[in-house]
Amino acid sequence: MGKLKDKRWTYSINFIAICLLFITITAIFNSGVLGIRTTYIKGIATTACYTIIVVASLNLLTGFMGEFSLGHAGFMSVGAYSSAIVTNMLSDKGIPDILLFIIALLVGGLAAALTGVLVGIPTLRLRGDYLAIVTIAFAEIVRVTFCNLEITGGGRTMSGITKLSDFSWCFWAMVICITCMYMYVRSRFGRTVVAIREDYIAAAASGINVTFYKVLTFTISAFFAGIGGAMYAHYMTAMIPTNFNFSYSAELLTEVIIGGTGSLTGSIIGAAFLSSLPEVMRQFANYRMLVYSVVLLFVMIFKPSGIFGTYEFSLTGIFSKLFRKIKRRRFIR
Amino acid sequence: MNAEQPVLKTSHLGIAFRGLKAVNDFNIEIGKSELFGLIGPNGAGKTTVFNLLTGVYRPTEGAFFLNGEKMNDKKTHQIVQAGIARTFQNIRLFKKMTALENVKVAMNMELTYSLCPAILRLPSYWKQESEIDGKARELLSLVNLGDKADVVAQNLPYGQQRRLEIARALATGMKLLLLDEPAAGMNPTETEELLEIINVIRKKLDISVLLIEHDMSLVMKICEKIQVIDYGETIAFGKPDEIANNSKVIEAYLGKDNE
Repeated sequence: MGKLKDKRWTYSINFIAICLLFITITAIFNSGVLGIRTTYIKGIATTACYTIIVVASLNLLTGFMGEFSLGHAGFMSVGAYSSAIVTNMLSDKGIPDILLFIIALLVGGLAAALTGVLVGIPTLRLRGDYLAIVTIAFAEIVRVTFCNLEITGGGRTMSGITKLSDFSWCFWAMVICITCMYMYVRSRFGRTVVAIREDYIAAAASGINVTFYKVLTFTISAFFAGIGGAMYAHYMTAMIPTNFNFSYSAELLTEVIIGGTGSLTGSIIGAAFLSSLPEVMRQFANYRMLVYSVVLLFVMIFKPSGIFGTYEFSLTGIFSKLFRKIKRRRFIR
Repeated sequence: MNAEQPVLKTSHLGIAFRGLKAVNDFNIEIGKSELFGLIGPNGAGKTTVFNLLTGVYRPTEGAFFLNGEKMNDKKTHQIVQAGIARTFQNIRLFKKMTALENVKVAMNMELTYSLCPAILRLPSYWKQESEIDGKARELLSLVNLGDKADVVAQNLPYGQQRRLEIARALATGMKLLLLDEPAAGMNPTETEELLEIINVIRKKLDISVLLIEHDMSLVMKICEKIQVIDYGETIAFGKPDEIANNSKVIEAYLGKDNE
């Protein structure tokens, strides 16, 4: 029982580490070491923030629940457009930016979660690959709908969205989202979801309402994808429904798989790396998808569970491992 | 018979798959903390009975009652929550989870904290989690797996996986435990250990057990009552020694005497 209680200080140490990381990053940006490229790199970092949220949310489905969603960009799109519409309505009401940002994220998340429930209830009763097919269809429906609605710009670029996504806000929003997902996974909910992935018949025979937990997880996943979408909208300030097409969904899934299915840390690293890669290698932009597929191929051959597998990075975890090793060495001597 | 209400009662329970009557007119009455054996040749419909009792199949005829409550139209998880838990003939564990987690999954209905306390790690989360942590460890030591709590289920040897499945079924807090061939594939020492465990859990937890088993010596040794089915029909019912000498049973297992 003591084991469980000890985790509280683990959390605080990891939190302090995140604070230090944030301070370092902002210090780098403010010090001007990067010179003229500061704004550009800040932009990449912001991109990484929302990509991390969306990829981690997809990992909830793919890694922990074992269901494929090939339409996560659809949820992002719903979140992006609904939040953009709301902030456009509220922008001249004199609401402080930070509040508007929070409202935008919540609206985006809730709108996506709502569509998640609507898609999830009928489809999650099905088993196997049906969900993947239905989510592709869903994302296409969303895209075509937004292409034809007046309020979303009707197929043209929707521009003039208030720029709210500042790097530091995005960073903290990301930290909060990832923490929420981590806590979800490491609670009774995550435990049941993994059990359902392992064997749904045995899970039902252990008294678990399989459909309920599936829909719940699907909704939560959609919620965070919507938040990611809202961040995207308020960072780009202009968007077109075709941004959220099938290849973007596939790209997100690639990032999940390369990072590690069943590891949120893997998603963070995978998303951060792969979302900044195209920016860093601008001159090879045409070969990006080629590189993706080659990397994916190698990961599938040599480490099918992804780079991180199901391993979660934790500072205290590493320390305790180190100490154990040192102790053991002493013991042997 | 005592006046007490039976834990499980079925009346004319049956299921037909397009005219094939897999189980027909199945009547059983299991009293409190009774150990009941269900035997029969291969394909007799024993596992189908289990599937009926756990809501995997819907009965097409008759009904079954748990403590007097009709359970016909309930879903699997509702039946488990009401108090019938089972193990599987071919082991179905959550392979990549540890033994402890396997047991904790089945305790999910004991945990009542909702999303908010889980994400914010409110006191109710810590309290309930540490409570079931202790309970799960107790259950593991009850099936002699106390030191295997952190071993991933798929790395456990066969006999221990079977025992872990029993622990998981126990974790649901059931009143009636259905064991589907718990000794299948076990060596004699493992079977002996299993027997001991079944006896211990019955005494400690005061539960009823319905057991499907092919190992006749095991059935005869521990069951108080035995029901024999063949082709979905009950052909005999009684105490172990009565069953052993029943001509119909011998016929079902060994075939008719050709004169």
